[in-house]
Parts: sequence; structure tokens; C-alpha cells
Amino acid sequence: MANLTINGKSFDIDVEPDTPLLWAIRENVGLTGTKYGCGIAQCGSCTVHIDGVAMRSCGVLVSEAVGKKITTIEGLADNGVLHKVQKAWIANDVPQCGYCQSGMIMAVAALLKEKPKPTDQDIDEAITNICRCGTFQQVREAIHAVANA
Amino acid sequence: MNHMPTLNRRAFVIGSAAVGSGLALGLDIPFGPTVVRAADGSPEVNAWVVIRPDDTVVIRIARSEMGQGTLTGLAQLVAEELECDWSKVTTEYPTPGQSVARKRAWGDFSTGGSRGIRTSTEYVRKGGATARVMLIQAAANEWKVPASECTAASSVITHTPSGRTTTYGKVAEAAAKIEPPAEVKLKDPKDWKLIGKGVKRLDTADKTTGKMIYGVDVKLPGMLNAAIKACPVFGGKLKSFDEAKVTGMKGVKKVVKVGDNAVAVVADTWWHAKTALDALPIVWDEGDNVKVSSASIAKWLEEGFDPSQPAYIGNENGDAKAALAGAAKKVEAVYNYPYQNHATMEPLNATALYTADKCEVWCGTQNGEAAFAATLEASGLTADKCDVHKQMLGGGFGRRGQTDYVRQAVAIAKQMPGTPIKLLWSREEDMQHGAYHPVTQCKMTGAFDANNNLTALHMRISGQSILFSLRPEALVNGKDPATFAGLNATGEAAIGYSVPNLLIEHAMRNPHVPPGFWRGVNVNQNAIYLECFMDELAHSVGQDPLEFRRKLMAKNPKHLAVLNAVAEKIEWGKPAPQGVFRGLAQHMGYGSYVAGAAEISVTDGNKIKVHRIVAATDPGYAVNPAQIERQIAGSFVYGLSGLFYGGCTVKDGRIEQSNFDNYNSMRIAEMPKVESIIMPSGGFWGGVGEPTICVAGPAVLNAYFAATGKRIRSVPLRDQNITFA
Repeated sequence: MANLTINGKSFDIDVEPDTPLLWAIRENVGLTGTKYGCGIAQCGSCTVHIDGVAMRSCGVLVSEAVGKKITTIEGLADNGVLHKVQKAWIANDVPQCGYCQSGMIMAVAALLKEKPKPTDQDIDEAITNICRCGTFQQVREAIHAVANA
Repeated sequence: MNHMPTLNRRAFVIGSAAVGSGLALGLDIPFGPTVVRAADGSPEVNAWVVIRPDDTVVIRIARSEMGQGTLTGLAQLVAEELECDWSKVTTEYPTPGQSVARKRAWGDFSTGGSRGIRTSTEYVRKGGATARVMLIQAAANEWKVPASECTAASSVITHTPSGRTTTYGKVAEAAAKIEPPAEVKLKDPKDWKLIGKGVKRLDTADKTTGKMIYGVDVKLPGMLNAAIKACPVFGGKLKSFDEAKVTGMKGVKKVVKVGDNAVAVVADTWWHAKTALDALPIVWDEGDNVKVSSASIAKWLEEGFDPSQPAYIGNENGDAKAALAGAAKKVEAVYNYPYQNHATMEPLNATALYTADKCEVWCGTQNGEAAFAATLEASGLTADKCDVHKQMLGGGFGRRGQTDYVRQAVAIAKQMPGTPIKLLWSREEDMQHGAYHPVTQCKMTGAFDANNNLTALHMRISGQSILFSLRPEALVNGKDPATFAGLNATGEAAIGYSVPNLLIEHAMRNPHVPPGFWRGVNVNQNAIYLECFMDELAHSVGQDPLEFRRKLMAKNPKHLAVLNAVAEKIEWGKPAPQGVFRGLAQHMGYGSYVAGAAEISVTDGNKIKVHRIVAATDPGYAVNPAQIERQIAGSFVYGLSGLFYGGCTVKDGRIEQSNFDNYNSMRIAEMPKVESIIMPSGGFWGGVGEPTICVAGPAVLNAYFAATGKRIRSVPLRDQNITFA
């Protein structure tokens, strides 16, 4: 058993402490917006916020996440009001297949919290998620759109 | 094939008979004898259009959305003719089972070869136009006026003389009972209002909130999860496994053999299933293919260059061999292109529920009908007892046109009747059991006369055929015509050059690694072979690569137009910025003309920074320029990922790469700015999702030569220690 705090709610789940947080979120809590892409913290599809920091949840164990504040894509909006990154993603028509975009949006939201007006270099350094459709051009434009709003 | 709604009236009879016999079609017919209804009771005006009382227009989409924007583009085509309010348009997928029960009312479900839009433009627009005529007629009937006095716009029907109006939602019920017109006239392209407009995608919102359901997210009551391993050596078999070692592990329900080459663990969660599978002792019968390596494949392909070996001719004019023999100057080079994995972001998966009289599958697929056929075959049940529920695809790129993962899911579910089973491949399984971009090499030879005019070109491709493995019925006397994509004399993938003596041939050699259609498919390597070699030829006689090409392209004005467009935009004739070098390429594929130009800089001889890409495409008609722009930009990410990182090597009969740490993909930092030039010349429908990929590689490779004087003839650059700066 483990207790996780996800999107402001407390969940008591029957899970081994060495389970990757990704699978606890997807299978034990049932929030499927966080995606499995590689399982080795390479692709970033599973990015969530842990105490406000963007982390690849496939590389974090449940035992390490206990007691922390976890935010997934489902918890990014505030009382039904979309986060500014989500709004910019819609305004700029960013997603193609969309599978990587939960992780991409979480990574970008964390970047903008730290650096509200990131340079291209800041973006290059902070956003290392893989997108096989190749939405990077729209991702970059949308980040700048949020920063300049 | 006629996809007019008249078919649907007949289909209704079949459909209602089927419902009577207990077949669940997802179509409910509670109100009247002549109206087919959607699941929510709203009337179908025809197979393509359902209109709800609140004026919501539901457009049926048979092809699959995998990111390429087809869902939105097809809806635009229907809506253009329907004259409906675009802001009230939504879409839904009919199931393949429903389509089969209605005599394929929705036509082809296959979504590959950049055909999703271009091969269905006629019948989906007719679907929209027919519905419009019926809706107007229904209003006219109600008003007792001639339909010719009524017009429709934005879902509002107006009786022009009286000014009376009504809406589609109000007359849809009556319209659904009207006999559809036998013929409808489609709009002149000059009158299009929605086609050609860069409207926003219809599927974005849920992709930003985590709500979008992909195959991997399907949840069914009582569902269990399966993890699978197939024999790592292609063609090998499963010999045995020691189930006792894992049966006590947490959550494990069952260990099952899948086909003759794989084993799966079924557990409460996928993580439990995978953990147990990793602990399961498995013995494989790896077979003779275990002796195969990349080196042995390369050697076999090289032997295909021997003129005594048989080869299929794809394109020939004049006498290339004689011209080469009598040439004043000859240039020769050998190129090669590797196996590549699609690496869709969403690893392959399918969920299946099997009972004695029913089998249902939920999955992302590029071809609903192929997944349906696979479900029938794997379940052993008939079409009326099966169906496939298509989910959003987390990438396809050709991989999800195949059905191996569907068959496996059904095979597992069949061993646990009544329990839904979600099969998910690990990334490692996905990487090592792909349907790989096929391996080829190409020997290029060019001949010049004494005045440095190109007199002959000989391309001899040696290597793997996709159709040989996947669609042998499409071979023509043994020849795989698709091998020559972009090199043909005419057609939707024609060569852009006129060479007096030309010979393009293919020595087919099929290693044991399974090939597949990989976004762009055969134009990807053919464009590298031809466009890099054109550059070599130009430089060998001291000519400008653009001018050299132009001289050979006079008879191919559409090819030339896109090449000229990129050359102009990148300012080919003017000096590049300090330390920056340019390369360009053009090609044709999937009915579209494409060209690309790159600006790069190189440091330490092996670190490439791509500063700028200019890309032009002429797809004939451009349905949604905003999405085309995104497809072009994305194509460079896919193409340059392939060029820099995309190589799968074979050792001991298996693929060596296992995950993104050793099969990398471009990140945002490596992504150049792509400036798209969309220049639809009209009169034809070309594809968009794939063609541009093929010019990414040669444009950058030619720029690399300009920068370093070094010609790269082998992909990926990873294996030559060349990386992104």
C-alpha cells in the first residue's frame, strides 16, 4: 500500500513501493493522460510535476513519490480553467497525434514557471521530449506566444 | 465504387435483417422504417452525415487519424459540399463491422501511402452534396415550394422569394426519408470556401488535457493486461517456458503461448505482467537466421550489383549501357540505406474480448478493415460476430497498417474467454519486432560526353522489397513496382529528369528481417540516391547543382517549379552567411511535387547545425494549408531523425537497437526552422503526409558536401560519428 497525493487528492493504492510512478498513476489511480513511451526516462511522454518540478514518472519509484505533491496533465487546469500552456496549444494547433503532448505540456508549464520569458536557448535546454510527429516548430511558437501574451 | 446513399437504403435492409438476427451493429432503428439512426437516435441523412436536432453535424470518417490531420481534412471536404456550419461539426468513426454489414458503405478504411484524403475526395464530397440536396428538398417539401427556390448556407436553408428560413437540425428527420438524388454536381474549385482554408483541427482540445483515449488507454470492466515477448530472431519459434517460476508473482493470472513464436504473461496490471515476463525463463528455437548480421546482409546486397545477377527494370530509355561504355567521362558511387524502425510514440497495443460467439477489438489501426480481417482470422469467427473499435493512434507512420499486434491480442483473449485482455508491447518489443524500412544499396553511374553533357544514368538498386513480403499479389511478374517510387517514367511518383539514356533496375534480395511501409517508404532512399548523386555529377563537371538539374528538367515543369521556389527563397545564387552552406533536392511522390533546401554549418568536421530549411510542395489541391505546413515541418523531423539516428543493425539474426537511448529521435534543439511554400497548382490531388520526408536527407547531405567537400553515402550519420552540433 502507498499513499500518493495527485492533483490535490489523496489516493491509497495497493502497489509495491518499487513500482514506477507512471504505472501507479495509469493503472492504480486510473489517470491515463500520462503516457508510456520508453520506460527509461528518454522520451518524456510520462512527464509530471513532483513538487512543481517536471519529472519523468517512469523513472521515479512510488516510494520516492510518497509525501510529494504530484500533478498530472489532468490536474493542470485550475477548477476547469485551462492552464495558459493548454490554451496556447489549442490556439496554435500544436498537437498532431498528441500522444507526447501531455508530457510536452507538463515540461513546458514547468519551464514557464521557472522562466516566464524563455529564450530559444532556454527552450532547447529545458525541452528534451521526443515527438515523432515533429511538432517542435509549433511547440516553440506556442511557448513564445504564452511568454509574450 | 459507388458510395452514393442509394447504397445505404439497400444497406438498411441488410442492416435491419442483421439486427433482427442478433447482430450488434451499433445502429438503432426505433422510429421508422426508412431512417438509419446513429447510436444517439439522430437521423443519418446518409452514411457520411448525421444531423442532430441541435444542428450538430456528425461527419463519418472511415480513414484513421494518426496526427496527419486527415480527420479534419475529410470533414472539410464533406462540409464544403454540405454547406453546414463548420463550428458545429464533429466527427465519428464507423466501425469496419458496420461498414462490411452495409456493403462497405464507407469504402476503403486504409490510411497509408498519403491516400487518406486524395483517394476519397470524390465520394466524400458527393456524400456532403447529396445530403445538402436532401436537406433542401425536405425544407422545400415542408414549405410546399420548389427546391430550386431554396439555398443552403451555414446549416441554414432559405427560401429566397419569401425569406423563410429553417435549419438542418429541424429538417434532418424528414431529409433522411427522402430518396437521394442519383446524381449531384460538385462545386467548381473556384467556389470552395472551406477547402483550401487552414481551419483548426477538430481533435486538439482533448489532446491538451489528457482526455484523448488512445488504444493504450482503453479500459473495460474486468480487463486484464498482457505483456509479450516474441522470439528475438525473426523466423524463430518459441520452444518452451517455465511458467512455475512466475505463477506466484503478484497479480499474475496466466502465462500463454501466442502463435508459434511468442509468450505472454497476463496479469492484473501491465506492470505486473511485464515484471513477471522479465522473470520468465524462455527457451527459443532461434533457427538458421541467427547467423545473419548487418555485414552478411550488406555483402549479399553488394553481390546484387554484379551484372550477371538478375534485376527487374523499373525505368529505361535509350541505351544506358552503351552510352556508359562510350562515355568521355564516367562517375560512379555506391550508396546505402539501413533498416529503420517506425518508433511510434505509443507502443503497439490492442485490447480484445473473445467469447464463443463474439470477438471485439479496440485498437489504433491505420486500416480498420485489415484489423477486422485479422480479428476474424485470429478468432475463427465470422464477420457478423466480430468488430473493431478504432481508437486514436499515438502515431502510425505505416506500422499500424499491419495487424500482428491485433492477432496476438485476439490469440491471448481466445485463451481467456469472457475476459477483456489489453496487450501492450514494451518499447523494447516494439523496437525489436518492427516492420522495418527495408534495407537497400544503390550503385549509381553517370556518363558525360566531351562537352560535359550528361548522356547516361544507370541506377542499380540492390535490396529488399516490401511488397514481396507484405503484398506478393501486387508484384508484377516478380517485380516490385513500388521499389521505383520517384524514379518512374510517368505517374504519381515520376522522375523529374530527362536523361537521353536511362536505366533504373532492382536486384531484389530479401533478407529475413520483416520489411514494412515506413512513412515516405521507397522515395526516402531513392531521393537520397538520386539527389545526392545529381549533386556529385554536377560537381564532377564543375557545374552549379541547381543549374545542372535545371538543364535536365525542362520537360518536367512541375518538378522544376518547386525546385525553383526553394532555390529562390533560400537565395541560392547569393552568398550564404559566413560559415553556412547550402544544399537542395527535389523529388516526386504520392502525387505531389516536393523540394527542399537546407542551410547548415559544420564544426570539427562532424557536428552539423541545421539553421534553416525551405520546403516547397505542390499537392495539386491544398485542402488545409495550415495542416500541410505542419506535415511539412514534421516531415523534416521524421526525415532528419532518420538521416542522423535512424538505423537498425542486425546481429545474430536480431535487431540490436532496443529503445530511444540507442535509436534516438530529434529533439527541439536540433529542429531547424522550416519555411514552407505551399504552391498548389490545381487539377490533381496529391498526398501530403509523406512526400516531403524524402528531400530532408539529400538537402542536408548536399549541404554537408558543400561545407566539407566530403560526400556521405551511408545512412544513418550516427554510424559515421556525425551528430547534431
